[in-house]
Amino acid sequence: MAIDAATVRKVAKLARLREPEERLASLAQELNGIMSWIEQLSEVDTDGVEPMTSVVAVKLPLREDVVTEGGDASRVLSNAPKAIDGFFVVPKVVE
Amino acid sequence: MVVEMTQTSKLIEGRTGSWEIVLGLEIHAQVASHAKLFSGAAVGFGAGPNEQVSLVDAAMPGMLPVINRHCVEQAVRAGLGLNAKINLWSRFDRKNYFYPDLPQGYQISQFKDPIVGEGEVEVERDDGTTFIVGVERLHLEQDAGKSIHDLDPNWTYVDLNRAGTALMEIVSKPDMRSSDEAASYVKKIRTILRYLGACDGDMEKGNLRADVNVSVRRPGAELGTRCEIKNVNSYRYIQQAIEYEARRQIEIIEDGGAIHQETRLFDPGKLETRSMRSKEEAHDYRYFPDPDLLPLELDPAWVKAIQDSLPELPDPKRKRFQSQYGLSHYDAGVLVADQARAAFFEIAAEGRDAKLVANWTVNNLLGRLAENGGDIETSPIPPQDIAGLVKLIEDGVISSKIAKEVFDHMWAGEGTPAQVVEKFGLVQITDTGAIEAAIDKIMAANPDKVEAAKDKPQAIGWFVGQVMRDTGGKANPAAVNEILKTKLGL
Repeated sequence: MAIDAATVRKVAKLARLREPEERLASLAQELNGIMSWIEQLSEVDTDGVEPMTSVVAVKLPLREDVVTEGGDASRVLSNAPKAIDGFFVVPKVVE
Repeated sequence: MVVEMTQTSKLIEGRTGSWEIVLGLEIHAQVASHAKLFSGAAVGFGAGPNEQVSLVDAAMPGMLPVINRHCVEQAVRAGLGLNAKINLWSRFDRKNYFYPDLPQGYQISQFKDPIVGEGEVEVERDDGTTFIVGVERLHLEQDAGKSIHDLDPNWTYVDLNRAGTALMEIVSKPDMRSSDEAASYVKKIRTILRYLGACDGDMEKGNLRADVNVSVRRPGAELGTRCEIKNVNSYRYIQQAIEYEARRQIEIIEDGGAIHQETRLFDPGKLETRSMRSKEEAHDYRYFPDPDLLPLELDPAWVKAIQDSLPELPDPKRKRFQSQYGLSHYDAGVLVADQARAAFFEIAAEGRDAKLVANWTVNNLLGRLAENGGDIETSPIPPQDIAGLVKLIEDGVISSKIAKEVFDHMWAGEGTPAQVVEKFGLVQITDTGAIEAAIDKIMAANPDKVEAAKDKPQAIGWFVGQVMRDTGGKANPAAVNEILKTKLGL
Protein backbone atom coordinates (compact mmCIF):
# COMPACT_ATOMS: atom_id res chain seq x y z
CA MET A 1 0.00 0.00 0.00
CA ALA A 2 1.54 3.27 -1.10
CA ILE A 3 0.90 6.29 1.08
CA ASP A 4 0.95 9.65 -0.68
CA ALA A 5 0.99 13.19 0.64
CA ALA A 6 -2.80 13.44 0.39
CA THR A 7 -3.25 10.40 2.62
CA VAL A 8 -0.84 11.82 5.18
CA ARG A 9 -2.73 15.12 5.13
CA LYS A 10 -6.03 13.30 5.73
CA VAL A 11 -4.70 11.07 8.50
CA ALA A 12 -3.07 14.03 10.20
CA LYS A 13 -6.30 15.96 10.07
CA LEU A 14 -8.31 13.07 11.50
CA ALA A 15 -5.75 12.76 14.31
CA ARG A 16 -5.83 16.54 14.89
CA LEU A 17 -2.11 16.84 14.08
CA ARG A 18 -0.95 19.96 12.34
CA GLU A 19 1.70 19.14 9.76
CA PRO A 20 3.13 21.84 7.51
CA GLU A 21 2.62 21.15 3.82
CA GLU A 22 6.37 20.79 3.15
CA ARG A 23 6.61 17.93 5.66
CA LEU A 24 3.95 15.75 3.99
CA ALA A 25 6.16 14.22 1.31
CA SER A 26 8.89 13.16 3.71
CA LEU A 27 6.31 11.81 6.18
CA ALA A 28 4.73 9.81 3.37
CA GLN A 29 8.12 8.32 2.62
CA GLU A 30 8.71 7.43 6.26
CA LEU A 31 5.29 5.85 6.60
CA ASN A 32 5.79 3.86 3.42
CA GLY A 33 9.00 2.52 4.90
CA ILE A 34 7.14 1.44 8.05
CA MET A 35 4.34 -0.13 6.01
CA SER A 36 6.68 -2.17 3.89
CA TRP A 37 8.49 -3.31 7.00
CA ILE A 38 5.19 -4.48 8.47
CA GLU A 39 4.28 -6.15 5.22
CA GLN A 40 7.16 -8.54 5.68
CA LEU A 41 4.93 -10.21 8.27
CA SER A 42 2.66 -11.45 5.53
CA GLU A 43 5.47 -13.73 4.41
CA VAL A 44 4.76 -15.89 7.47
CA ASP A 45 2.33 -18.72 6.74
CA THR A 46 -0.55 -18.28 9.22
CA ASP A 47 -2.99 -20.74 7.64
CA GLY A 48 -4.94 -22.51 10.35
CA VAL A 49 -3.51 -20.33 13.13
CA GLU A 50 -6.07 -18.67 15.38
CA PRO A 51 -5.54 -14.92 15.70
CA MET A 52 -3.99 -14.22 19.09
CA THR A 53 -5.98 -11.79 21.21
CA SER A 54 -3.77 -11.74 24.27
CA VAL A 55 -0.26 -12.76 25.27
CA VAL A 56 -1.59 -14.29 28.47
CA ALA A 57 -4.20 -17.01 28.72
CA VAL A 58 -6.88 -15.05 30.59
CA LYS A 59 -10.52 -14.43 29.91
CA LEU A 60 -12.13 -11.02 29.88
CA PRO A 61 -12.78 -10.09 33.50
CA LEU A 62 -16.28 -8.83 34.29
CA ARG A 63 -17.42 -6.50 37.07
CA GLU A 64 -20.63 -6.63 39.06
CA ASP A 65 -23.22 -3.89 38.49
CA VAL A 66 -22.32 -1.98 41.63
CA VAL A 67 -21.50 1.70 42.02
CA THR A 68 -17.98 1.98 43.39
CA GLU A 69 -16.72 5.27 41.98
CA GLY A 70 -17.74 8.85 41.29
CA GLY A 71 -19.01 11.58 43.57
CA ASP A 72 -15.75 13.51 43.26
CA ALA A 73 -16.10 16.11 40.53
CA SER A 74 -13.15 18.13 41.83
CA ARG A 75 -10.80 15.19 41.29
CA VAL A 76 -12.15 14.60 37.80
CA LEU A 77 -11.71 18.27 36.98
CA SER A 78 -8.30 18.70 38.61
CA ASN A 79 -6.42 18.64 35.29
CA ALA A 80 -8.95 20.70 33.36
CA PRO A 81 -7.50 23.89 31.87
CA LYS A 82 -10.83 25.58 32.61
CA ALA A 83 -13.72 24.52 34.83
CA ILE A 84 -16.76 26.40 36.12
CA ASP A 85 -19.44 25.16 38.52
CA GLY A 86 -18.35 21.56 38.14
CA PHE A 87 -18.31 21.62 34.33
CA PHE A 88 -15.37 21.27 31.99
CA VAL A 89 -15.32 24.46 29.95
CA VAL A 90 -13.97 24.35 26.41
CA PRO A 91 -13.90 26.73 23.44
CA LYS A 92 -17.31 26.97 21.83
CA VAL A 93 -18.29 24.05 19.62
CA VAL A 94 -21.62 24.36 17.89
CA GLU A 95 -23.45 22.00 15.60
CA MET B 1 -53.01 -14.62 8.63
CA VAL B 2 -53.47 -10.91 8.23
CA VAL B 3 -53.40 -9.67 4.68
CA GLU B 4 -50.52 -7.39 3.73
CA MET B 5 -51.62 -3.87 2.90
CA THR B 6 -51.23 -3.05 -0.76
CA GLN B 7 -48.01 -1.26 -1.54
CA THR B 8 -49.71 1.59 -3.36
CA SER B 9 -51.32 2.95 -0.22
CA LYS B 10 -47.86 3.81 1.17
CA LEU B 11 -46.56 5.64 -1.87
CA ILE B 12 -46.23 9.39 -2.02
CA GLU B 13 -47.07 11.35 -5.10
CA GLY B 14 -44.48 13.68 -6.53
CA ARG B 15 -44.78 15.92 -9.56
CA THR B 16 -43.40 13.21 -11.82
CA GLY B 17 -45.10 10.15 -10.38
CA SER B 18 -45.11 7.94 -7.29
CA TRP B 19 -42.27 7.41 -4.85
CA GLU B 20 -41.67 4.82 -2.19
CA ILE B 21 -39.93 5.68 1.09
CA VAL B 22 -37.40 3.18 2.41
CA LEU B 23 -36.54 3.41 6.09
CA GLY B 24 -34.02 1.74 8.35
CA LEU B 25 -33.59 2.63 12.01
CA GLU B 26 -30.77 2.56 14.52
CA ILE B 27 -32.29 2.60 17.97
CA HIS B 28 -30.07 3.58 20.88
CA ALA B 29 -31.45 2.13 24.09
CA GLN B 30 -29.78 2.89 27.39
CA VAL B 31 -29.22 -0.27 29.39
CA ALA B 32 -31.04 -0.14 32.72
CA SER B 33 -28.09 -0.56 35.08
CA HIS B 34 -26.70 0.91 38.30
CA ALA B 35 -23.16 1.39 37.01
CA LYS B 36 -21.64 2.23 33.63
CA LEU B 37 -20.55 -0.20 30.94
CA PHE B 38 -16.83 -0.15 31.79
CA SER B 39 -16.60 1.66 35.13
CA GLY B 40 -18.10 1.71 38.60
CA ALA B 41 -19.57 5.20 38.30
CA ALA B 42 -23.32 5.58 38.77
CA VAL B 43 -25.82 5.86 35.94
CA GLY B 44 -28.69 8.23 36.57
CA PHE B 45 -30.43 11.46 35.94
CA GLY B 46 -30.20 14.67 37.90
CA ALA B 47 -26.84 14.42 39.68
CA GLY B 48 -24.59 17.50 39.81
CA PRO B 49 -22.21 17.99 36.87
CA ASN B 50 -19.39 15.45 36.72
CA GLU B 51 -20.50 13.82 39.97
CA GLN B 52 -21.05 10.46 38.26
CA VAL B 53 -17.69 10.20 36.59
CA SER B 54 -14.89 7.77 37.33
CA LEU B 55 -11.34 8.25 36.18
CA VAL B 56 -12.05 5.65 33.48
CA ASP B 57 -14.93 7.75 32.13
CA ALA B 58 -12.74 10.85 32.21
CA ALA B 59 -10.12 8.89 30.24
CA MET B 60 -7.30 9.54 32.64
CA PRO B 61 -4.09 7.95 31.37
CA GLY B 62 -3.53 4.38 32.50
CA MET B 63 -7.15 3.71 33.47
CA LEU B 64 -8.49 0.44 32.09
CA PRO B 65 -12.09 -0.52 31.25
CA VAL B 66 -13.67 -3.52 33.01
CA ILE B 67 -16.99 -4.63 31.54
CA ASN B 68 -20.22 -4.72 33.57
CA ARG B 69 -21.67 -8.26 33.60
CA HIS B 70 -25.23 -7.01 34.06
CA CYS B 71 -25.00 -4.87 30.91
CA VAL B 72 -23.82 -7.89 28.93
CA GLU B 73 -26.73 -9.87 30.31
CA GLN B 74 -29.22 -7.18 29.29
CA ALA B 75 -27.85 -7.18 25.74
CA VAL B 76 -28.27 -10.96 25.62
CA ARG B 77 -31.82 -10.67 26.98
CA ALA B 78 -32.65 -8.04 24.38
CA GLY B 79 -31.16 -10.22 21.65
CA LEU B 80 -33.25 -13.19 22.75
CA GLY B 81 -36.34 -10.98 22.93
CA LEU B 82 -35.72 -9.93 19.32
CA ASN B 83 -35.50 -13.56 18.24
CA ALA B 84 -31.91 -12.91 17.31
CA LYS B 85 -28.76 -14.96 17.14
CA ILE B 86 -26.54 -14.55 20.22
CA ASN B 87 -22.87 -14.47 19.28
CA LEU B 88 -20.92 -16.39 21.91
CA TRP B 89 -17.77 -14.62 20.75
CA SER B 90 -17.83 -10.88 20.23
CA ARG B 91 -15.35 -8.08 20.45
CA PHE B 92 -15.04 -4.39 21.21
CA ASP B 93 -13.64 -1.88 18.78
CA ARG B 94 -12.62 1.74 19.06
CA LYS B 95 -14.58 4.20 16.97
CA ASN B 96 -12.27 7.19 16.68
CA TYR B 97 -13.44 10.79 16.55
CA PHE B 98 -12.83 14.01 18.40
CA TYR B 99 -15.45 15.87 20.35
CA PRO B 100 -15.21 17.62 23.72
CA ASP B 101 -17.74 15.30 25.36
CA LEU B 102 -15.75 12.21 24.32
CA PRO B 103 -12.65 12.40 26.50
CA GLN B 104 -11.13 9.14 25.26
CA GLY B 105 -11.03 10.39 21.68
CA TYR B 106 -12.85 7.19 20.77
CA GLN B 107 -16.06 5.42 21.66
CA ILE B 108 -15.78 1.80 22.69
CA SER B 109 -18.29 0.04 20.47
CA GLN B 110 -18.66 -3.23 18.58
CA PHE B 111 -18.05 -3.02 14.86
CA LYS B 112 -17.19 -6.30 13.16
CA ASP B 113 -18.26 -8.78 15.80
CA PRO B 114 -21.37 -7.61 17.70
CA ILE B 115 -22.81 -9.54 20.66
CA VAL B 116 -26.12 -10.08 18.84
CA GLY B 117 -26.62 -10.93 15.18
CA GLU B 118 -29.70 -11.15 12.97
CA GLY B 119 -33.21 -11.34 14.33
CA GLU B 120 -36.71 -10.21 13.50
CA VAL B 121 -39.68 -8.47 15.05
CA GLU B 122 -43.35 -8.62 14.15
CA VAL B 123 -44.83 -5.14 14.14
CA GLU B 124 -48.45 -4.10 14.01
CA ARG B 125 -49.69 -1.14 12.02
CA ASP B 126 -52.43 1.12 13.39
CA ASP B 127 -54.99 -0.66 11.19
CA GLY B 128 -54.20 -4.02 12.79
CA THR B 129 -52.21 -5.52 9.90
CA THR B 130 -48.70 -6.72 10.66
CA PHE B 131 -45.31 -6.71 8.99
CA ILE B 132 -41.88 -8.07 9.79
CA VAL B 133 -38.83 -5.92 10.41
CA GLY B 134 -35.47 -7.65 10.18
CA VAL B 135 -32.90 -6.83 12.85
CA GLU B 136 -29.41 -6.61 11.41
CA ARG B 137 -27.57 -6.62 14.74
CA LEU B 138 -27.48 -5.37 18.31
CA HIS B 139 -24.24 -4.21 19.85
CA LEU B 140 -23.05 -2.71 23.11
CA GLU B 141 -21.34 0.66 23.20
CA GLN B 142 -20.58 3.63 25.41
CA ASP B 143 -22.64 6.78 25.42
CA ALA B 144 -20.86 10.15 25.20
CA GLY B 145 -21.03 13.00 27.70
CA LYS B 146 -23.16 16.08 27.30
CA SER B 147 -22.13 19.39 25.75
CA ILE B 148 -24.08 22.44 26.81
CA HIS B 149 -23.81 25.32 24.38
CA ASP B 150 -26.18 27.88 25.83
CA LEU B 151 -24.63 28.66 29.19
CA ASP B 152 -22.05 31.04 27.76
CA PRO B 153 -21.69 32.81 24.40
CA ASN B 154 -18.03 31.89 24.03
CA TRP B 155 -17.65 28.59 25.81
CA THR B 156 -19.14 25.12 25.75
CA TYR B 157 -19.76 23.43 29.09
CA VAL B 158 -19.14 19.68 29.31
CA ASP B 159 -20.72 17.26 31.76
CA LEU B 160 -19.39 13.70 31.60
CA ASN B 161 -22.07 12.09 33.80
CA ARG B 162 -23.50 10.27 30.80
CA ALA B 163 -20.09 9.37 29.37
CA GLY B 164 -19.57 5.63 29.48
CA THR B 165 -23.22 4.72 30.14
CA ALA B 166 -24.10 1.45 28.41
CA LEU B 167 -26.13 1.67 25.23
CA MET B 168 -27.57 -1.07 23.07
CA GLU B 169 -27.66 -0.04 19.45
CA ILE B 170 -30.29 -2.00 17.55
CA VAL B 171 -29.86 -1.75 13.80
CA SER B 172 -32.85 -2.66 11.65
CA LYS B 173 -32.86 -3.71 8.03
CA PRO B 174 -34.39 -1.19 5.62
CA ASP B 175 -37.78 -2.86 6.05
CA MET B 176 -40.10 0.07 6.74
CA ARG B 177 -42.03 1.92 4.05
CA SER B 178 -43.80 4.76 5.84
CA SER B 179 -43.37 7.06 8.81
CA ASP B 180 -46.23 5.22 10.55
CA GLU B 181 -44.42 1.91 10.15
CA ALA B 182 -41.25 3.43 11.57
CA ALA B 183 -43.12 4.73 14.62
CA SER B 184 -44.87 1.38 15.11
CA TYR B 185 -41.51 -0.40 14.94
CA VAL B 186 -39.99 1.86 17.61
CA LYS B 187 -43.06 1.30 19.80
CA LYS B 188 -42.66 -2.44 19.47
CA ILE B 189 -38.94 -2.40 20.28
CA ARG B 190 -39.64 -0.17 23.27
CA THR B 191 -42.36 -2.51 24.54
CA ILE B 192 -40.11 -5.56 24.21
CA LEU B 193 -37.19 -3.85 25.98
CA ARG B 194 -39.46 -2.70 28.79
CA TYR B 195 -40.87 -6.21 29.22
CA LEU B 196 -37.33 -7.53 29.47
CA GLY B 197 -36.28 -4.79 31.88
CA ALA B 198 -33.27 -4.16 29.66
CA CYS B 199 -34.16 -0.49 29.11
CA ASP B 200 -36.72 1.74 30.80
CA GLY B 201 -37.71 3.21 27.42
CA ASP B 202 -37.97 6.76 28.79
CA MET B 203 -37.82 8.76 25.56
CA GLU B 204 -38.20 12.13 27.25
CA LYS B 205 -34.94 11.55 29.09
CA GLY B 206 -33.32 10.32 25.88
CA ASN B 207 -32.98 6.78 27.22
CA LEU B 208 -34.39 5.53 23.94
CA ARG B 209 -33.71 7.47 20.75
CA ALA B 210 -33.38 6.69 17.09
CA ASP B 211 -31.27 7.57 14.08
CA VAL B 212 -33.46 7.29 11.01
CA ASN B 213 -32.09 6.38 7.59
CA VAL B 214 -34.32 7.74 4.86
CA SER B 215 -34.16 7.18 1.12
CA VAL B 216 -36.71 7.29 -1.69
CA ARG B 217 -37.06 5.33 -4.90
CA ARG B 218 -39.48 4.59 -7.68
CA PRO B 219 -41.62 1.60 -6.63
CA GLY B 220 -39.61 -1.56 -7.17
CA ALA B 221 -36.44 0.27 -8.24
CA GLU B 222 -32.97 -0.05 -6.69
CA LEU B 223 -32.44 1.55 -3.29
CA GLY B 224 -31.79 5.28 -3.43
CA THR B 225 -29.02 7.16 -1.60
CA ARG B 226 -29.90 7.59 2.05
CA CYS B 227 -29.58 10.39 4.54
CA GLU B 228 -29.31 9.72 8.24
CA ILE B 229 -31.31 11.86 10.65
CA LYS B 230 -29.62 11.76 14.04
CA ASN B 231 -31.06 11.46 17.52
CA VAL B 232 -34.80 11.73 17.13
CA ASN B 233 -36.42 11.07 20.49
CA SER B 234 -40.20 10.89 20.13
CA TYR B 235 -42.64 9.00 17.92
CA ARG B 236 -44.04 12.24 16.60
CA TYR B 237 -40.62 13.69 15.76
CA ILE B 238 -39.66 10.44 14.03
CA GLN B 239 -42.75 10.73 11.84
CA GLN B 240 -42.33 14.44 11.16
CA ALA B 241 -38.64 14.08 10.35
CA ILE B 242 -39.35 11.26 7.89
CA GLU B 243 -42.19 13.12 6.19
CA TYR B 244 -40.09 16.21 5.73
CA GLU B 245 -36.96 14.36 4.64
CA ALA B 246 -38.76 12.20 2.05
CA ARG B 247 -40.37 15.31 0.53
CA ARG B 248 -37.03 17.08 0.45
CA GLN B 249 -35.35 14.19 -1.35
CA ILE B 250 -38.18 13.79 -3.86
CA GLU B 251 -38.05 17.48 -4.71
CA ILE B 252 -34.29 17.36 -5.28
CA ILE B 253 -34.55 14.33 -7.55
CA GLU B 254 -37.54 15.69 -9.44
CA ASP B 255 -35.61 18.92 -10.03
CA GLY B 256 -32.90 16.84 -11.66
CA GLY B 257 -30.56 16.80 -8.67
CA ALA B 258 -28.97 13.95 -6.75
CA ILE B 259 -29.03 12.99 -3.06
CA HIS B 260 -25.70 13.08 -1.26
CA GLN B 261 -25.29 10.71 1.61
CA GLU B 262 -25.05 12.84 4.73
CA THR B 263 -25.98 13.18 8.36
CA ARG B 264 -28.84 15.51 9.14
CA LEU B 265 -30.48 16.93 12.21
CA PHE B 266 -34.23 17.31 12.80
CA ASP B 267 -35.39 20.69 14.06
CA PRO B 268 -38.74 20.14 15.83
CA GLY B 269 -39.38 23.88 15.97
CA LYS B 270 -39.12 24.38 12.21
CA LEU B 271 -40.26 20.85 11.34
CA GLU B 272 -37.34 20.40 8.97
CA THR B 273 -34.05 18.56 8.73
CA ARG B 274 -30.74 20.25 8.07
CA SER B 275 -27.27 19.08 7.23
CA MET B 276 -24.79 18.50 10.07
CA ARG B 277 -21.77 19.52 8.04
CA SER B 278 -19.36 19.13 10.93
CA LYS B 279 -19.97 15.38 10.96
CA GLU B 280 -19.06 14.90 7.32
CA GLU B 281 -15.28 14.85 7.50
CA ALA B 282 -15.30 12.83 10.66
CA HIS B 283 -17.08 9.92 9.03
CA ASP B 284 -13.82 8.02 8.75
CA TYR B 285 -13.88 6.39 12.16
CA ARG B 286 -10.83 4.13 11.69
CA TYR B 287 -12.29 1.30 13.76
CA PHE B 288 -9.85 -1.16 15.25
CA PRO B 289 -10.09 -3.77 18.03
CA ASP B 290 -9.71 -2.17 21.46
CA PRO B 291 -6.42 -3.48 22.85
CA ASP B 292 -7.63 -2.77 26.41
CA LEU B 293 -10.35 -5.42 26.18
CA LEU B 294 -10.20 -9.14 25.53
CA PRO B 295 -12.89 -10.72 23.37
CA LEU B 296 -16.20 -11.23 25.14
CA GLU B 297 -16.88 -14.96 25.34
CA LEU B 298 -20.25 -16.17 26.58
CA ASP B 299 -20.89 -19.51 28.22
CA PRO B 300 -23.73 -21.26 26.33
CA ALA B 301 -25.13 -22.50 29.67
CA TRP B 302 -25.36 -18.89 30.88
CA VAL B 303 -27.17 -17.83 27.72
CA LYS B 304 -29.54 -20.78 28.18
CA ALA B 305 -30.21 -19.73 31.78
CA ILE B 306 -31.02 -16.20 30.58
CA GLN B 307 -33.33 -17.62 27.92
CA ASP B 308 -35.14 -19.65 30.58
CA SER B 309 -35.58 -16.58 32.77
CA LEU B 310 -37.24 -14.39 30.13
CA PRO B 311 -40.71 -13.13 30.98
CA GLU B 312 -43.68 -13.83 28.75
CA LEU B 313 -43.19 -11.37 25.88
CA PRO B 314 -45.90 -9.18 24.30
CA ASP B 315 -46.63 -11.38 21.25
CA PRO B 316 -47.22 -14.66 23.13
CA LYS B 317 -49.04 -12.77 25.89
CA ARG B 318 -51.41 -11.27 23.37
CA LYS B 319 -52.14 -14.66 21.85
CA ARG B 320 -52.77 -16.07 25.33
CA PHE B 321 -55.10 -13.18 26.25
CA GLN B 322 -57.09 -13.91 23.11
CA SER B 323 -57.32 -17.66 23.65
CA GLN B 324 -57.51 -17.82 27.46
CA TYR B 325 -59.81 -14.84 28.03
CA GLY B 326 -61.54 -14.64 24.66
CA LEU B 327 -60.45 -11.03 24.19
CA SER B 328 -60.58 -9.25 20.87
CA HIS B 329 -57.32 -8.74 18.99
CA TYR B 330 -57.59 -5.01 19.70
CA ASP B 331 -58.26 -5.23 23.45
CA ALA B 332 -55.52 -7.82 23.89
CA GLY B 333 -53.12 -5.56 21.99
CA VAL B 334 -53.90 -2.52 24.13
CA LEU B 335 -53.49 -4.54 27.33
CA VAL B 336 -50.18 -6.19 26.44
CA ALA B 337 -48.63 -2.98 25.10
CA ASP B 338 -47.53 -2.39 28.66
CA GLN B 339 -46.62 -5.01 31.22
CA ALA B 340 -48.30 -3.12 34.06
CA ARG B 341 -51.57 -2.93 32.11
CA ALA B 342 -51.45 -6.65 31.39
CA ALA B 343 -50.80 -7.43 35.06
CA PHE B 344 -53.62 -5.11 36.13
CA PHE B 345 -56.01 -6.85 33.78
CA GLU B 346 -55.06 -10.33 34.95
CA ILE B 347 -55.65 -9.40 38.59
CA ALA B 348 -59.03 -7.87 37.75
CA ALA B 349 -60.10 -10.73 35.48
CA GLU B 350 -59.53 -13.43 38.09
CA GLY B 351 -62.84 -15.31 38.37
CA ARG B 352 -64.77 -12.60 36.49
CA ASP B 353 -66.19 -12.19 33.01
CA ALA B 354 -62.83 -11.39 31.38
CA LYS B 355 -64.27 -9.71 28.30
CA LEU B 356 -66.26 -7.38 30.50
CA VAL B 357 -63.17 -6.67 32.60
CA ALA B 358 -61.16 -5.94 29.43
CA ASN B 359 -63.91 -3.67 28.22
CA TRP B 360 -63.94 -1.65 31.43
CA THR B 361 -60.17 -1.54 31.63
CA VAL B 362 -59.53 -0.53 28.02
CA ASN B 363 -62.49 1.69 27.20
CA ASN B 364 -63.25 3.30 30.52
CA LEU B 365 -60.19 3.18 32.73
CA LEU B 366 -57.38 3.55 30.16
CA GLY B 367 -59.48 6.01 28.20
CA ARG B 368 -60.01 8.17 31.26
CA LEU B 369 -56.35 7.87 32.26
CA ALA B 370 -55.22 8.90 28.78
CA GLU B 371 -57.47 11.98 28.92
CA ASN B 372 -55.60 12.93 32.07
CA GLY B 373 -52.18 12.17 30.63
CA GLY B 374 -51.63 9.06 32.71
CA ASP B 375 -51.37 5.33 32.35
CA ILE B 376 -52.19 2.34 34.51
CA GLU B 377 -49.48 3.17 37.07
CA THR B 378 -51.35 6.35 38.00
CA SER B 379 -54.78 4.72 38.14
CA PRO B 380 -56.80 5.86 41.15
CA ILE B 381 -58.80 2.65 40.81
CA PRO B 382 -57.12 -0.63 41.81
CA PRO B 383 -57.74 -3.80 39.75
CA GLN B 384 -59.76 -5.29 42.62
CA ASP B 385 -62.31 -2.51 42.21
CA ILE B 386 -62.66 -3.09 38.47
CA ALA B 387 -63.28 -6.74 39.37
CA GLY B 388 -65.80 -5.60 42.00
CA LEU B 389 -67.61 -3.41 39.50
CA VAL B 390 -67.84 -6.23 36.99
CA LYS B 391 -69.12 -8.57 39.69
CA LEU B 392 -71.94 -6.14 40.51
CA ILE B 393 -72.90 -6.13 36.83
CA GLU B 394 -72.65 -9.92 36.60
CA ASP B 395 -74.85 -10.34 39.68
CA GLY B 396 -77.44 -7.97 38.25
CA VAL B 397 -77.04 -5.53 41.15
CA ILE B 398 -76.37 -2.69 38.72
CA SER B 399 -76.93 -2.26 35.00
CA SER B 400 -74.07 -1.33 32.62
CA LYS B 401 -75.59 2.11 32.48
CA ILE B 402 -75.49 2.57 36.23
CA ALA B 403 -72.02 1.03 36.23
CA LYS B 404 -70.77 4.08 34.34
CA GLU B 405 -72.05 6.27 37.14
CA VAL B 406 -70.47 4.00 39.74
CA PHE B 407 -67.23 4.18 37.78
CA ASP B 408 -67.27 7.99 37.93
CA HIS B 409 -67.61 7.87 41.71
CA MET B 410 -64.80 5.30 41.90
CA TRP B 411 -62.63 7.56 39.75
CA ALA B 412 -63.35 10.42 42.14
CA GLY B 413 -62.06 8.27 45.00
CA GLU B 414 -65.44 7.88 46.66
CA GLY B 415 -64.97 4.26 47.59
CA THR B 416 -65.15 0.70 46.35
CA PRO B 417 -67.94 -0.19 43.92
CA ALA B 418 -70.02 -1.70 46.72
CA GLN B 419 -69.56 1.38 48.91
CA VAL B 420 -70.47 3.69 46.02
CA VAL B 421 -73.62 1.73 45.21
CA GLU B 422 -74.61 1.80 48.86
CA LYS B 423 -73.78 5.45 49.43
CA PHE B 424 -75.58 6.75 46.32
CA GLY B 425 -78.46 4.26 46.32
CA LEU B 426 -77.60 2.95 42.87
CA VAL B 427 -78.86 -0.58 43.35
CA GLN B 428 -80.74 -1.83 40.33
CA ILE B 429 -84.48 -2.27 40.75
CA THR B 430 -85.22 -5.92 40.11
CA ASP B 431 -88.36 -5.86 42.20
CA THR B 432 -91.00 -6.57 39.55
CA GLY B 433 -93.68 -4.90 41.62
CA ALA B 434 -91.90 -1.56 41.49
CA ILE B 435 -91.22 -1.90 37.78
CA GLU B 436 -94.83 -2.88 37.08
CA ALA B 437 -96.05 0.15 38.97
CA ALA B 438 -93.84 2.42 36.89
CA ILE B 439 -95.04 0.80 33.67
CA ASP B 440 -98.69 1.02 34.63
CA LYS B 441 -98.31 4.71 35.31
CA ILE B 442 -96.73 5.36 31.93
CA MET B 443 -99.29 3.25 30.06
CA ALA B 444 -102.16 5.01 31.77
CA ALA B 445 -100.78 8.41 30.82
CA ASN B 446 -100.14 7.46 27.20
CA PRO B 447 -103.05 5.39 25.84
CA ASP B 448 -102.29 6.48 22.25
CA LYS B 449 -98.76 5.09 22.46
CA VAL B 450 -100.08 1.85 23.92
CA GLU B 451 -102.40 1.56 20.96
CA ALA B 452 -99.65 2.36 18.48
CA ALA B 453 -97.32 -0.23 19.99
CA LYS B 454 -99.79 -2.97 19.16
CA ASP B 455 -99.11 -2.42 15.44
CA LYS B 456 -95.55 -1.34 15.78
CA PRO B 457 -93.71 -3.61 18.25
CA GLN B 458 -90.45 -1.63 17.96
CA ALA B 459 -92.23 1.24 19.76
CA ILE B 460 -91.49 -0.70 22.94
CA GLY B 461 -88.18 1.16 22.98
CA TRP B 462 -89.97 4.37 23.87
CA PHE B 463 -91.58 2.70 26.91
CA VAL B 464 -88.24 1.27 28.07
CA GLY B 465 -86.78 4.77 27.87
CA GLN B 466 -89.63 6.21 29.96
CA VAL B 467 -89.31 3.54 32.62
CA MET B 468 -85.57 4.10 32.82
CA ARG B 469 -86.11 7.83 33.19
CA ASP B 470 -88.70 7.39 35.90
CA THR B 471 -86.50 4.99 37.83
CA GLY B 472 -83.33 7.02 37.43
CA GLY B 473 -81.87 4.35 35.21
CA LYS B 474 -81.96 1.84 37.99
CA ALA B 475 -84.56 -0.57 36.61
CA ASN B 476 -83.19 -3.85 35.34
CA PRO B 477 -83.53 -3.50 31.56
CA ALA B 478 -84.20 -7.21 31.00
CA ALA B 479 -87.02 -7.18 33.55
CA VAL B 480 -88.47 -3.98 32.07
CA ASN B 481 -88.54 -5.51 28.61
CA GLU B 482 -90.18 -8.66 29.76
CA ILE B 483 -92.92 -7.00 31.76
CA LEU B 484 -93.60 -4.47 29.01
CA LYS B 485 -94.02 -7.22 26.44
CA THR B 486 -96.59 -8.95 28.60
CA LYS B 487 -98.48 -5.80 29.43
CA LEU B 488 -98.54 -4.51 25.86
CA GLY B 489 -99.52 -7.94 24.63
CA LEU B 490 -96.56 -8.24 22.28
